[in-house]
Amino acid sequence: MELTGADIFVHSLQDEGVEIIFGYPGGAVLHIYDALYRQDKIQHILTRHEQGATHAADGYARSTGKPGVVIVTSGPGATNAVTGIATAYMDSIPMVVFTGQVPTHLIGNDAFQEADNIGITRPCVKHNFLVKDVRDLAETIKKAFYVATTGRPGPVVVDIPKDITAEKTEYSYPDKVSMRSYNPVHVGHAGQIKRAVKLMLAAKRPMIYTGGGVILGNAAGSLTELAQLLGHPVTNTLMGLGAYPATERQFVGMLGMHGTYEANMAMHHCDVLIAIGARFDDRVTGNIEKFCPHAKIVHVDIDPSSISKNVKVDVPIVGCVDNVLKAMIKLIKGSKQRPDGAALKDWWQQIEDWRSKDCLKYDHTSELIKPQYVLESLYKATDGNAFVTSDVGQHQMWAAQFYKFDKPRRWINSGGLGTMGFGLPAAMGVQLAYRDETVVCVTGEGSIQMCIQELSTCKQYALPLKIVNLNNGYLGMVRQWQEFFYQGRYAMSYMESLPDFVKLAESYGHVGMKIEKPGDVESALEEAMAMKDRLVFMDFITDPAENVYPMIPAGGGQNEMILI
Amino acid sequence: MRHIISILMENEAGALSRVAGLFSARGYNIESLTVAPTEDPSLSRMTLVTRGTDEIIEQITKQLNKLVDVVKLMDMTDGPHIEREMMLTKVRAEGDGREELKRVSDIFRGRIIDVTDKTYTIELTGAGDKLDAFLQVLDRALIIEVVRSGVSGIARGERALKL
Repeated sequence: MELTGADIFVHSLQDEGVEIIFGYPGGAVLHIYDALYRQDKIQHILTRHEQGATHAADGYARSTGKPGVVIVTSGPGATNAVTGIATAYMDSIPMVVFTGQVPTHLIGNDAFQEADNIGITRPCVKHNFLVKDVRDLAETIKKAFYVATTGRPGPVVVDIPKDITAEKTEYSYPDKVSMRSYNPVHVGHAGQIKRAVKLMLAAKRPMIYTGGGVILGNAAGSLTELAQLLGHPVTNTLMGLGAYPATERQFVGMLGMHGTYEANMAMHHCDVLIAIGARFDDRVTGNIEKFCPHAKIVHVDIDPSSISKNVKVDVPIVGCVDNVLKAMIKLIKGSKQRPDGAALKDWWQQIEDWRSKDCLKYDHTSELIKPQYVLESLYKATDGNAFVTSDVGQHQMWAAQFYKFDKPRRWINSGGLGTMGFGLPAAMGVQLAYRDETVVCVTGEGSIQMCIQELSTCKQYALPLKIVNLNNGYLGMVRQWQEFFYQGRYAMSYMESLPDFVKLAESYGHVGMKIEKPGDVESALEEAMAMKDRLVFMDFITDPAENVYPMIPAGGGQNEMILI
Repeated sequence: MRHIISILMENEAGALSRVAGLFSARGYNIESLTVAPTEDPSLSRMTLVTRGTDEIIEQITKQLNKLVDVVKLMDMTDGPHIEREMMLTKVRAEGDGREELKRVSDIFRGRIIDVTDKTYTIELTGAGDKLDAFLQVLDRALIIEVVRSGVSGIARGERALKL
């Protein structure tokens, strides 16, 4: 049967198994919206801004592992989506973003609401497509999902001119698609895996360092098995939290700029580093010249270009993390060699020594609310079981330090791009995927205002998010750097005229709470969590002078942390 | 070190800008870049000359391979190869100078492909340093314009970049 491009679009998404899409209508996508209106299999979530739509789809993807799907109109619709696309790109999140485009004959004419979407998004997508013929539409959509979700995942943009959505052709959705230029690797090199296992078994001061790749590759189970088989300490990056249970003894905390002392010291002193699905980001390595000076490095990653990009490694292994870890487990189980128990015992003693510094300690006697205390209380109030999204800044670091994630896909934050405004819309995407779960957005008064309009979306779709606003009146991380490195010249890091967040939440139809005393923190959180069907905006007035510790200052090595 | 990287890519609009964009976004330098369709019209072949340490060249080839439109690539400089560039040079050729220019062109195995009473246009093919050498022996004041094609390269013997 012949269908219009708009109907082909909708049928293709249905056949792809898409259940929910996030978007915002406009002139160039009107045919598509009309086709969406005439069906009821796919739910469309109307956000208040295209950035919100992309972050919501991103949160949905991070929490479920399924690709997030977005539709926006041409011109400003697409340019507003760019921040969300770039955010997903930096963290390798599978997403397919459909952008409207002016009709084919007007492309290049500076038409109304025309932008070069392909050109603008090129540096921040895994790949993008311009559909030039309605007969290519279904196959292009199939390719977009295939590219977005395989190999190292990432966002894919499909730009669809308006006339294509009106033209008709026969519809058939391909079951499979293959591209001669795109063949992601699945299985790691057997010889390299053998070399790696040999190093791991012989290690005297081993360290397992894992990143977002373990979560994206659904390899948390294999990682836990491997680490426990070996008895090695495990650290996770900001993106990797939850890949190894944080309450387990072998977990030494997050590493990097605001990681724990024990994690960073163990990195610095280890003799074998096993990096899995991590990319040696500058916030992790600190000064690259001083990084892991004594270690032989094994690096498992699905993306060959991640290997030896920042740090030269000794045993590179390209492949799906889960496949490689399973192969390692099999080899270790079949090997006569056991880990060096005596050496590991000494190593653990050393690590416990570092751990005893209690690097995350803070003042419990203050009359002001300490943000760390809010996070600790949140952890208790949610039994450590919530999905937690965050924005970017001090609150993000405190959430990462103090909320102990035992499961993957529970900690949702913009690690790579560091996008303020991410937390609230991302939480919406999570809540839409998990209607009955507790979803918390940890944010600050700076970040929350960057996508505050989405409170309206939350009302429309009855999303009972719990927003924990750590309100210190400052752009806290900027303030902290200005205190440390700019002699306290607080240029533009103080916000005057903040809104009354309680009234603001109420005006959107939600519950607002203001908490000003440490003694009220726990009861407020409990009260909020008990309101299962309402969005509660908790405005915690916190100590404005609190800083995130410990910290590796810029240019420092991992053994040069500033402790409180 | 200087490297010549040959790339087979899907002959799609925008493929060239993906490569050029990658180089500018990651701060790699491009000395020259040529691109044209191959005998299979669905494929383009690009020849790219760049410079960098071994680590940078490794990253460049990995990043190029990561581009979805790139089907296959080869670093020509990994093995014996032939490198050619074509140059068209328009020179002022008047009076006694005409004979001298003809001689220089012959020495370099150039061909004069256009003649007027005041100018010669000389076509010259060879490796880049040969073209440089030719330009050096010409009197600068006589050169009207120079057009270089950029480098093309092919591996010697059995080694080939093909699907």
